[in-house]
Amino acid sequence: MAAVQGSLVEEKDIKTEPSNDGGGNNNANDGRVLSTSPGSSASSGSNKSTTGAPEDQQTLLAVLQFLRKNNLTESVEILRREAGLPEDSLDPKGGDSSGAGSGSAAGGVDLEGVDASSLLSRVTVSSSAAAQAPNKVAEDQPDVNVVLSAYSQQGDPALYEVYYSGLKKFIESVLDCHRAELSQVFYPLFVHMYLELVYNNHENEAKAFFEKFSGDQECYYEDDLRVLSSLTKKEHMRGNETLLDFRTSKFVLRISRDSYQLLKRHLQERQNNQIWNIIQEHLYIDIFDGMPRSKSQIDAMSGSLAGEAKREANKAKVYYGLLKEPEIELPLDDEDEEAENEEGKPKKKKPKKDSMGSKSKKQDPNAPSQTRIPLPELKDSDKLDKIMYMKEATKRIRLGPDNLPSICFYTFLNAYQGLTAVDFTDDSSLIAGGFADSTVRVWSVTPKKLRRVKSAADLNLIDKESDDVLERIMDEKTASESKILYGHSGPVYGISFSPDRNYLLSSSEDGTIRLWSLQTFTCLVGYKGHNYPVWDTQFSPHGYYFISGGHDRVARLWATDHYQPLRMFSGHLADVTCTRFHPNSNYVVTGSSDRTIRLWDVLSGNCVRIFTGHKGPIHALAFSPNGKFLASGATDGRVLLWDIGHGLMFGELKGHTDTIYSLRFSRDGEILASGSMDNTVRLWDATKAFDDLETDDFTAATGHIHLQDNSQELLLGTYMSKSTPVIHLHFTRRNLLLAAGAYNP
Amino acid sequence: MADREERRFAEVSRDSVKLVAESAGVELADDVAALLAEDVCYRLREATQSSSQFMRHAKRRKLTVEDFNRALRWSNVETICGYGAQDALPFRSVKEGELFFIEDRDINLVELALATNIPKGCAETMVRVNVSYLDGKGNLEPQGTVPTAVQSLSDDLLKYYQQITRAILGEDPHLMKVALLDLRSNSKIAALLPYFVYVISGVKSVSHDLEQLNRLLHMVKSLVQNPYLYLGSYVRSLVSSVMYCILEPLAASINPLNDHWTLRDYAALLLSHIFWTHGDLVSGLYHQILLSLQKVLSDPVRPLCSHYGAVVGLHALGWKAVERVLFPHLPAYWANLQAVLDDYSVSNAQVKADGHKVYGAILVAVERLLKMKALCLSQPAEGGPSSQPGSVVGAMGYRVSSPGLSPPPEPLSEAALGIASHLQAGGAGCPWEEWTPVPLPAMYCELYSFFGDSLAVRFSTGPGFGSYPACTPAQPGDARKEPPGLTSNPDTTRKMPQLTANLNISPRQDGSPRTDPPPPSLAATGSGRSLARSSSSSSSSSSSSSVQRSRSSSSRSGQRSAGLSRDVFPKARFTSPQTGPPAFSFLIGGRQMGRRCQGRRPFQTTFAPTPSIPTIPPRAYAHKLPVIGRVGKPVRRWACSHYSLHLPL
Repeated sequence: MAAVQGSLVEEKDIKTEPSNDGGGNNNANDGRVLSTSPGSSASSGSNKSTTGAPEDQQTLLAVLQFLRKNNLTESVEILRREAGLPEDSLDPKGGDSSGAGSGSAAGGVDLEGVDASSLLSRVTVSSSAAAQAPNKVAEDQPDVNVVLSAYSQQGDPALYEVYYSGLKKFIESVLDCHRAELSQVFYPLFVHMYLELVYNNHENEAKAFFEKFSGDQECYYEDDLRVLSSLTKKEHMRGNETLLDFRTSKFVLRISRDSYQLLKRHLQERQNNQIWNIIQEHLYIDIFDGMPRSKSQIDAMSGSLAGEAKREANKAKVYYGLLKEPEIELPLDDEDEEAENEEGKPKKKKPKKDSMGSKSKKQDPNAPSQTRIPLPELKDSDKLDKIMYMKEATKRIRLGPDNLPSICFYTFLNAYQGLTAVDFTDDSSLIAGGFADSTVRVWSVTPKKLRRVKSAADLNLIDKESDDVLERIMDEKTASESKILYGHSGPVYGISFSPDRNYLLSSSEDGTIRLWSLQTFTCLVGYKGHNYPVWDTQFSPHGYYFISGGHDRVARLWATDHYQPLRMFSGHLADVTCTRFHPNSNYVVTGSSDRTIRLWDVLSGNCVRIFTGHKGPIHALAFSPNGKFLASGATDGRVLLWDIGHGLMFGELKGHTDTIYSLRFSRDGEILASGSMDNTVRLWDATKAFDDLETDDFTAATGHIHLQDNSQELLLGTYMSKSTPVIHLHFTRRNLLLAAGAYNP
Repeated sequence: MADREERRFAEVSRDSVKLVAESAGVELADDVAALLAEDVCYRLREATQSSSQFMRHAKRRKLTVEDFNRALRWSNVETICGYGAQDALPFRSVKEGELFFIEDRDINLVELALATNIPKGCAETMVRVNVSYLDGKGNLEPQGTVPTAVQSLSDDLLKYYQQITRAILGEDPHLMKVALLDLRSNSKIAALLPYFVYVISGVKSVSHDLEQLNRLLHMVKSLVQNPYLYLGSYVRSLVSSVMYCILEPLAASINPLNDHWTLRDYAALLLSHIFWTHGDLVSGLYHQILLSLQKVLSDPVRPLCSHYGAVVGLHALGWKAVERVLFPHLPAYWANLQAVLDDYSVSNAQVKADGHKVYGAILVAVERLLKMKALCLSQPAEGGPSSQPGSVVGAMGYRVSSPGLSPPPEPLSEAALGIASHLQAGGAGCPWEEWTPVPLPAMYCELYSFFGDSLAVRFSTGPGFGSYPACTPAQPGDARKEPPGLTSNPDTTRKMPQLTANLNISPRQDGSPRTDPPPPSLAATGSGRSLARSSSSSSSSSSSSSVQRSRSSSSRSGQRSAGLSRDVFPKARFTSPQTGPPAFSFLIGGRQMGRRCQGRRPFQTTFAPTPSIPTIPPRAYAHKLPVIGRVGKPVRRWACSHYSLHLPL
């Protein structure tokens, strides 16, 4: 594993999305500083999206200075080189700050403009605050002031209602085709107007405003409205995360040019500056040419915390193809013998094997190059495992609507401490559970018991040349069906086996991710970086790398042999709730409680896809085995299907009545299984859903999708458990479906 | 809208804030209180909001106090302690002051610490798998037949509980059998375990009713044998109930017509069974039980039936327990017993009869002790120069038993078989002393001084005692079908009883329960051990099987006369009419036994050539077999596999 070293392991990790809030630690602060700088100068400018370049320069300088102040000279160099700044661009103040050390903030002030100085002071404030204690409120305070100052513009509070109902009347009166589009404006307008009222201490007016119009908003904003309604004082606005999300990011609307013109003309006619200002400052209107969208089209895509994704956000090329499988000599002969002995039908297997072989030889045009990111070399044991995998694959059952998988349910009994996460190894030989009592428990699912490696002293006595040395190093006395791993100090929310079954990752509320050895059943590393609960973690399918995401809204990419993250993916406006690796290890996908899904490029650290459409926090993600599609499940009980290449939603699977905690495609991708809190496993016809996919150019270009409501046709079966929420699903290599959950009497 | 909002949120009124402030000694103005109240509401909502994400990630539907505290902790607010209880807290009002409060009872810590009621929810976290849907169709078996300890009782369970207890404690013996059978195999009764344990702990209140005691003990057995039950700490309670039946001078024993001896025997058997099958759970109890047995034994005030219980209890715990406790106490105890036995007055007749019972029990125990000890000592003597005749026999045994089923015997096995040959009457040359270091003869001498010929009679079944004066004369020839000349073919007849004994006590051939480390001599590997075992079992056999016999016979005949206790051990029953060919079957059987205990080979394959085995023991014992523990092991093994995670594919 240590063989992998290279371009990844350097300071690219400060790349962030332009609209992000960041979270609670040093590095995330950098991200936030970047993003809020447009906001800080918002009072002067009109439309910030066009004035990026000079400000970026300034923030870059600020970051550089910050780095230099903290003696991160190497990072400074790299960042400077990458940004293409001349070496002397930093020098004057650089000499000051690095020399003086403590007085560096002052050194920075006189060199930059007013903007930059305030920026810098904030950098110092927030960084010192973070250093002292990860106190979110303390960090956010300077920010809040900046953000909220945008609300200071005074209007007559009594007029807000008039404005709003005026606009409402107008939108209700426009042509039907525009009405749905323009109705999108209601929600962000409503929120911002309410916040302005609150900020300016018009508590009663705000309450009245809320009561009058909150009922008009789409039902999927209910959760946010609830937060909003409890917020009635200016003081409350400090430290309120939802609010900050709303302020720091622009709400994105997609509106056709015709509708937009209509709205604009109306507002200008009415001299409705109040609303116009809000639209200018807090909304990002993504205008497209062509037919206005229908209500259902809009509803399908909206629901996220910050509106829809901008169309450009999903334009980047994604290499979703699979990597070429390494060529491994498959000992065909004895397998045939075996097959003959066992079943006497060797004929049936041959064609399959051939197809497999040819599949692995052909290079997928959509695949990234084999060395796009450095991957660990295969060890002998990995090759053996691959062979095992292929052998098993030949015995795989082809699933389909007429041939549904059998389901085995692994029930955790007496799990009073609370089962919070489950994972299976790929070969289904081990099962691990993370529990709310901070323990991780591993069970062997095969008759092979779990054994620990002998102690160092005993290992010395072993004949190291013997053939069965791997067997000899195991301590027979420790054989047991399960092992408990102690180390975390909070509930274990995420758990993941390494592909080679030697390691186990667990992420916990205590802010750490731990790497456990399944040879010694001890903790090897505690990865600290998330200073807040880590909700999920997963190993890359090729091992070595892993991804984690947590309450700090940042997803991090790690390598097992680095104690610091290689990449930080920041951009989500709320907690990163689940994280998954793409089958080719070049991308990761994160789901968040801001109700968006983001796909990140591991190589560049860029966000290459933003998927909106869920109406609740996302708790389950799954890539199809061919890497082309993504399924996501959320608290709203819906499964959405996404085409990664085109960046489009192409399916909505309705049926579950509660949060979906697990999703899994069958090994060949024909069946999608979803497990939910409603104690059911549902099977969906993925093949049919993929076939229905419209990939005509128009849809691809505009991103306007027409979802058929065909959930019932796609639903192949609903399988009840006995009051056991399904929190994990796994297809064995032969396509037997394993489900797991804790019995919940 | 307004009332909708009010329904949505908990409000803290300004009066509440004022009251709280007052209780802290602060007087608040109205407007301040109002402001504070509003802020408190907001903060509460905020905390609730953020606590809900902990709930979501813990994949629960219920928001817990723990979630709330986590939210508080992450926002740097002190957590609220003391609300972690699962039960809902009663919310009370005080009429006068319009005060509402949560009832917070004082807890007596001493009481809590010393509470004897068994805590709930000690069951182990485990994973169990079942095929829920085959090919996406049909429900094969309902998922989640759950052995929980804290399951709330469903109506069905409650009904089941009532029916079962009624059946077991009721009049109908057939019904009882059915109930016990179900109790032994039902997988869904974990939730009832505490209740059953409670019922069983009722032994103390029915000590006058042997029948009921018996039924309760049967209930214990069924629970212990149920592979789906994890007894956990309940095993203590069960053991204490069993111990009660073994040791206490039950009210029922006042009437000499009551056969409480059988009950004690049965309870002792059960104790041993528990130790063998749940050794992991009761290991901590072993010494405790030894101590209490010792206490009873060394207390002359206790009635003889208690002493009897102590002796059979020790015997049940294995020969090591006998050696450690009974043997050292024997000299002191003997005087008392002798006094009882020597008193021929009429008024003492009953006590004397009891004395004979104790005498018999001690005899059985020490014989087993001697034999196991002899066996242990004989192992190191392997390959000694004196093993000549033994090796001959061993070779022969191998020839006989080697239809490709077993690996060739090692030297060890020959030596072991040599011992077996020594156990025969009139066995050639080798005197006992050659095989044993000093302590054993000393022990034997001491015991012989107590038991005299009766010990010798029992021991004369072994060969090596020819040199001892005691062993020669006392063979009640009537019982033995073999003519003296048969000694020339030693293997055959002498081993018949050994085989039956093997079957009886197979799982506990080590002679002591699992909690003790196995004797080092048995740590040998391979077939050598199996053969050694065969001989070991043979040596231990006659004694324990005689226990068996005495129990069963006494149970059969109700009350026995005291005089019988001396010849409760006639060997006659053990020899079957078979003479010639069965010898082979025996030897094979013996090997099987040994091997089976190691779990190396499937029992069946070797079992095949010995179809006559079951016919060898007398019917009475044969039907007793399952009780004694032969079943114990296999059932447990099966239970393990059933508990396990392995896919049922």
